[in-house]
Amino acid sequence: MATKGKHRVAVVGIGQTKHDSARNDVSLAGLVREAASRALEDAGMTWSDIDAVVIGKAPDFFEGVMMPELYLAEALGATGKPMLRVHTAGSVGGSTAIVASSLVQGGIHERVLTVAFEKQSESEAMWALSLPIPFQPPLVAGAGGYFAPYIRSYMARSKAPSHIGSLVALKDRQNGLKNPYAHLHEPDITLESIQESMMLWDPIRYAETCPSSDGACAMVLVGEKTADAHSKQPAWVHGTAMRSEPGFFAGRDQVNPRGGQDCSSDVYKQAGITNPRKEIDCAEIYVPFSWFEPMWMENLHFADEGAGWKMTEEGATSMTGDLPVNCSGGVLCSNPIGASGMLRFAESAMQVRAQAGEHQVDGARLALGHAYGGASQFYSMWIVGADKP
Amino acid sequence: MAKIQALEGVEPVTMIDAPARLDYTFTAGRATSRFLKGLEKKKLLGERSAATGKVYIPPRGADPVAGVPTDEQVEVADCGTVTSFCVVNVKFYGQAMECPYVCALVLLDGADVAMFGLIQEMPYEDVHPGLRVEAVWVDDNELSTTLENIKYFRPTGQEDAPLETYKEHV
Amino acid sequence: MRDVAVVSFAQSEHARALPGVNEVEMLMPVIGQVRDQIGLDKSRVGFTCSGSTDYLAGQAFSFVMTLDGIGAWPPISESHVEMDAAWALYEAWVKLQMGEIDVAMVYGYSKTSPGDLPDVLTRQLDPYCYAPLWPDSVSLAALQAQALLDTGSTSEREWAEIASRSRASAKNNPNAQLKGDFDPDVILADEYLVAPLRKHDCPPITDGAAAIILAADDTARELSKRPAWIRGLEHRIDAQSLGVRDLVNVKSLQLAGSAAGVSTGKIDFAELHAPFTYQEVLAKRALGLGADVQINPSGGALAANPMMAAGLVRIGEAADRIMAGEGDRAVATATQGACMQQNLVCVLEGE
Repeated sequence: MATKGKHRVAVVGIGQTKHDSARNDVSLAGLVREAASRALEDAGMTWSDIDAVVIGKAPDFFEGVMMPELYLAEALGATGKPMLRVHTAGSVGGSTAIVASSLVQGGIHERVLTVAFEKQSESEAMWALSLPIPFQPPLVAGAGGYFAPYIRSYMARSKAPSHIGSLVALKDRQNGLKNPYAHLHEPDITLESIQESMMLWDPIRYAETCPSSDGACAMVLVGEKTADAHSKQPAWVHGTAMRSEPGFFAGRDQVNPRGGQDCSSDVYKQAGITNPRKEIDCAEIYVPFSWFEPMWMENLHFADEGAGWKMTEEGATSMTGDLPVNCSGGVLCSNPIGASGMLRFAESAMQVRAQAGEHQVDGARLALGHAYGGASQFYSMWIVGADKP
Repeated sequence: MAKIQALEGVEPVTMIDAPARLDYTFTAGRATSRFLKGLEKKKLLGERSAATGKVYIPPRGADPVAGVPTDEQVEVADCGTVTSFCVVNVKFYGQAMECPYVCALVLLDGADVAMFGLIQEMPYEDVHPGLRVEAVWVDDNELSTTLENIKYFRPTGQEDAPLETYKEHV
Repeated sequence: MRDVAVVSFAQSEHARALPGVNEVEMLMPVIGQVRDQIGLDKSRVGFTCSGSTDYLAGQAFSFVMTLDGIGAWPPISESHVEMDAAWALYEAWVKLQMGEIDVAMVYGYSKTSPGDLPDVLTRQLDPYCYAPLWPDSVSLAALQAQALLDTGSTSEREWAEIASRSRASAKNNPNAQLKGDFDPDVILADEYLVAPLRKHDCPPITDGAAAIILAADDTARELSKRPAWIRGLEHRIDAQSLGVRDLVNVKSLQLAGSAAGVSTGKIDFAELHAPFTYQEVLAKRALGLGADVQINPSGGALAANPMMAAGLVRIGEAADRIMAGEGDRAVATATQGACMQQNLVCVLEGE
């Protein structure tokens, strides 16, 4: 139920690029236009129908362009219009979609285009991550090295068997085969090949990590009047939430952070969901390292603490399970960082619009989109449904 | 739209190389300066928050829970307990260590947050939570204002710390 | 629209380089002040939004560290824009329009001292055609200034007077960086820095931070005796490429000003984010401000220009004057991008 001052908002257009390790066939502008043009086409709109543009991406050092939206304004038809640029670390794709939604929910605009992208190949050798952090020795060895000790803590706490991470990787890579836009298509992958892949940051294996991708995602978000007049099924937004917490403080639980728990409780409450496992038909969640699937199952209240891995083991999160997770292949198949969160949001909307093609969950009516970033400290989530809230 | 005739048959430019270099001079800040100056004297200076009583090391100037400055300096021990760790097998940019190596979260005695440290002088497969370790410093004549004064941590040979002592940190 | 007002504003001292402190240490006292001066407990803040940029900090994810300075525990509803914090204020205002929260906090900051600002800003340009040429921000501004000069509607003398007036006004601003009495005739005799711009036509390079508390309806009245109500808040962007823009008519600012309703009532004073002297001339024209409007009583960006905060500071300075009863209706602007590419306009009123 829309409260006073809050308007209904729905997704009526979705577009994404083919994700790849290097999209050398397009410029930055070409990449974002590829996604945005597809979203407009899906929405049956043209650039001039759009009232405002909200764009998001992760650190600007990834492409070597400072505040690239200034340069991209023309390519995204934003000239003469309002344009906002969001950056909330890895959760940014989700946060960007939420800012775009709020422009409609706040009654400011009727038709908003939102875009998120990353073109990691543009800047040589992941220059951004190789920047020295002042006053700190380069010990942690990247995101994997940072998260691995916490994954180890999760395994110790939950007594999860060591093959769970490989099961998630197998499931997501097989799902990815059904998604024509996915970066990684590995038809020959097996549990054995994953378990034989190199242990990069013990306990994280190479095949259990996400790739580094070029890619973009875009959505058209509209108010109720426009959505009602639309010929295709809209994805109605039933709730949006963001939470942030400091990444480093005494007593912080980094395995099951409170920010994620609070954020999911908030978004479920807005959507009137009391039993998420039962009521939600499928979820697209941000899993850059396979072990995050069971960890997030607990954080998102789909499983009791310590029992998330059982969902994976029992196949509950597979396409045929009771809560299919990452039917698109997820971040483990495509990771254009800034766009990864928006892809989760967009894929959840595709499910309730029944436009997910081969990776469609039959009869999906209510879906969760989830993104997180930083030291598991920034969260953005939404619930979308086939029915009006 | 009419095609630009002159461009027909012309090879497209698919890539340009545009090297960029920017130099920055960073300010460590008050808390980090105090910490780095302590390191030069082989002291590990954490900072206690008046708001929560917690000791932060390395101090970053703020108690993140309360959002207020920390300003009581507290010397913590150069030994502590491994709370969790990872074995790194991948060469990362700008990194000098030989792989594999162990990067661990070490809760120094007297501190309320664990810090990342390198574990050496033991087989990597023997590293485990609860392991007691101590800092191995560079020679005194090499001391400067850097965390790299600590070459690595090594096992003390003490009994493992009981889980209760570091439960909040795993 | 829901009635939303600025109820508190705080800023750091602004200086060429704030020595000894890092970003979070620079920001913390400002956050403390903006809440404490209205007795606001942090638990009442329903949404927080900030503006900053990694390229000035020289570090990826630089905004993450400053979260340590605001006490984000228990976890808070929070967002960040890689823009001047005036746009963070816009995002917070939109959240307040949704009717679910009553108080929001906005902050912006930068330390420009670690890097070479004009060089850093070249990285904002089209990465294929312009950025490889490293055209610095002052030279690009000089192109726009020359185009304006060529229309014959302004003069270098007028610009010198703007610089002189701004820095004289800043004498009353304890946080300003560049202040004092500068005789226009004397500074006009200076050499060009990049013709037609002289040093006095350019903003200082500044480290600094600022924060604002927004509140809606009765909560605003509870927190301030005379809230500065936001009666119009709009922003627009132009194309980046200078070749396709009319450099002497800032269309995005005209559009934002007209949508914000600047001309629907008398403006008592304006806080214009015009980092270069000639940009004040452009901004006044774009907004249709007459000679009766007092411009930049704080000294404006010519007295202190903390990137990513300077636009928010304009809104805060205007709001402070409204709250103090020194005027009833004011306009504040924020600008970013080469040659005023993107602009925000905020109309504030007392009750």
